[in-house]
Amino acid sequence: MKRREAAITALVLVLSVVLAWAFWNAFSGPTGDRLAELTATRVPESGVTNPVTAVLLNFRAYDTLLELAVLLAAILGIWAVGKASPGFLPAGAVLRALVGLIVPLLIIAGGYMLWVGGHAPGGAFQAGALLGAAGVTLRLAGYPAAGLPPEALLRVTIGLGVLIFTLCGVALMALGYGFLTYPLDLAKWLILVIETAATLSIGATLAAAYLGGRADPTDSGDGVTR
Amino acid sequence: MIDWLALSVALPLLGAVATVALPRFAVPLGLAAALPTVWAALMVMVLVADQGVQVSALGGWGAPLGILLRADGLAAALLGMANLVALAVSLYAPGYFRGSVLEARFWPLWMLLWAALNGLFLAGDLFNLYVTLELLGLAAAGLGALTGQRAAVEANLRYLLVGLLGSMTYLLGVSLIYTALGTLDLEQAARELRAGPVAWVSFALMTGGLILKSALFPMHFWLPPAHANAPAPVSAALSALVVKAAFYLVLRLWLELFGPVVGASAALLLGLLGAAAVIWGAWRALRAERLKLLAAYSTVAQLGYLFLFFPLLAELPAGTARTELLGAAVLLALTHGFAKASLFLCAGLLQKAAGHDRIDELSAATQALPVVTLGVALAGVALIGLPPSGTFTAKWMLLTAAIDLGQWPWVPVIMAGTLLAAAYVFRVLGHAFASAPRHGDAPPIDPRGCPGANAIGLALQLPGLMLALVAVLALGMTAEPLWDLLASTTDPSEAAP
Amino acid sequence: MTAHLIYAAAGLALVVLGAWSFLVHAPLLRKLVALNVMGAGVFHLLISVGYRGLDAPPDPVPHALVLTGIVVAVSATALAVAFGQRLEGSAGEQDRD
Repeated sequence: MKRREAAITALVLVLSVVLAWAFWNAFSGPTGDRLAELTATRVPESGVTNPVTAVLLNFRAYDTLLELAVLLAAILGIWAVGKASPGFLPAGAVLRALVGLIVPLLIIAGGYMLWVGGHAPGGAFQAGALLGAAGVTLRLAGYPAAGLPPEALLRVTIGLGVLIFTLCGVALMALGYGFLTYPLDLAKWLILVIETAATLSIGATLAAAYLGGRADPTDSGDGVTR
Repeated sequence: MIDWLALSVALPLLGAVATVALPRFAVPLGLAAALPTVWAALMVMVLVADQGVQVSALGGWGAPLGILLRADGLAAALLGMANLVALAVSLYAPGYFRGSVLEARFWPLWMLLWAALNGLFLAGDLFNLYVTLELLGLAAAGLGALTGQRAAVEANLRYLLVGLLGSMTYLLGVSLIYTALGTLDLEQAARELRAGPVAWVSFALMTGGLILKSALFPMHFWLPPAHANAPAPVSAALSALVVKAAFYLVLRLWLELFGPVVGASAALLLGLLGAAAVIWGAWRALRAERLKLLAAYSTVAQLGYLFLFFPLLAELPAGTARTELLGAAVLLALTHGFAKASLFLCAGLLQKAAGHDRIDELSAATQALPVVTLGVALAGVALIGLPPSGTFTAKWMLLTAAIDLGQWPWVPVIMAGTLLAAAYVFRVLGHAFASAPRHGDAPPIDPRGCPGANAIGLALQLPGLMLALVAVLALGMTAEPLWDLLASTTDPSEAAP
Repeated sequence: MTAHLIYAAAGLALVVLGAWSFLVHAPLLRKLVALNVMGAGVFHLLISVGYRGLDAPPDPVPHALVLTGIVVAVSATALAVAFGQRLEGSAGEQDRD
């Protein structure tokens, strides 16, 4: 065991020297601007003013679509291997009051993040993460369904991001613009619609992943454990 | 304007969402998405054959700002094979899963896996490839663990961890490329990459990560348990398509990006690992007690052959000989895809009929299901490389190239691997003709004594047989169009003097 | 002008530490944490690639890549944890289905 560890350590040390050498070469090369200048000149054509959102939802929107599919694959895999674990103890009075305060705040903050993403740091992922956090908070306070809708609706919600995104792409293609090619005057609204759907999906998926398994079909999802 | 490249990815995504939302109608919805997906992929193939390389600038931005989908001959060939195999798996799955809770779980993950495969074959962007690789890996792990059984979950957890390490390593290589070249577009990066530390280290990182995912010896350890413990349609897809996708990427990156700048020693290393995989995989397949485990080890060996092409391709200058040999590599990959999928689909039926897949006790099941046994036999012909299968043509060209180039050491490896393959295939087929049990105390063999066989209709047996027929007859006797298709493969060394 | 290089070096250090820990430790959770440390290192590196000096806005492309990468890493980690939980839950029990 000791010898194996020493061998790995030696290997990793060599690796770190090689990596440092290669990245030093890469950094000291001539391409200081990379895609930055090109992106900056095209952001006005993207429908949003936040350059990161422009890359995520317009220039490289296809990456983001597939990434939503990755989230979907993860939750489906989680559902395949088992049922959700039983819930925690119900919350005491103080925790319940606190949760009643924090969860609406998280949801409002999520909505704000979604809206602000068009022109400042923020966007669907940040918003979705906040919604997911609201779900985790509810779960920790003893709500067995973590605020998620019943299974039939939950199944629609987790796929909503991929659905709206793909439908937008295909519809734009059918209209002659090309797959995921937004016309400039519609770009802002299309991005907002896609981001809203993505936020709901991401939030629901993260909360459902935290539950860790298939929702119990007998669980109506509206009450505290026992 | 219809963008068949984008549709090849978009349609299975829509199918995935539909089958998630309405699990009760998973089968009709899944099939409704599967058929147009196959159509779109075949249209891509037809377009490439007719007009050469197809490009789709998603979002209308073009490289390097946006992401390109690109289909050249190599991509189109693998796309066509993958979608035909996927079609057979989709037609087989409803009958295989009928009445099981697994049915509703299978379809959404299967459609996501399909979208990832098509996306991967068509991707022209290095970071987008990372996302498709992750989608492929997660969907494959979820499908592999579909039954929730301990052995399956354990094997797929290992696969998931290895895959994650592989894709992290790959992503580090992509970061290095972006740092040095300021682009993520594959074609653009290929134009700008020069021999030097960046090229060497990014080659090592990206190819190393992909080797983990393509289960090349000695990184194959996760494959046999993961592929042998999955439901048969899933095993077929994993063994025929998923590992093939990782190999395709190694080949594509090497042809387009790294081949001209990393030198022949890297190709030699890939060849040596391939040679070890051929021998080791075939030997373990021969020793396997279960049919699906045999098939999984055979995948390790067959992948090895594919890597034997690298040192030979590296020695060949651009020209007819190189194009011919590349065609042979692709032919081998395609034939193995069809044959291995067929073998797993047939093995699944034998397992269903007999209640197990222990090779020594399958005589009754093989005799009760002659169509399935014919499928196994034909798939076996293609795995060994007997004429007229596509494998025969491909191995023949591989041998000829090795001799012509004076790289003799590969010849005995190919011979030994073929002999071992013959041994493990005939070991299975031997039981189909056995009239007496192998052990004295075992019950006599009686095809009527295999009641599970009656429940298996002809419709369930046909997909496997069709795939085997493609591997043996279509790819063996009428393979010339493949070289015409591959004529449009991007291979920068052809432009070089 | 070397601030981003220090940042990049820290990223590389995280990658290497993560890789070491992944290879050395057997327990699932340690492996997962190691992978995420490694991922954090790669993301670190990408962020530092986007730096273009104090007077120029950073390159948004690596930032977008990192956001995508984070979601992918979270998904994969969640799936691996669920698999691990399934194995733990069935340590002594017979297989279902």
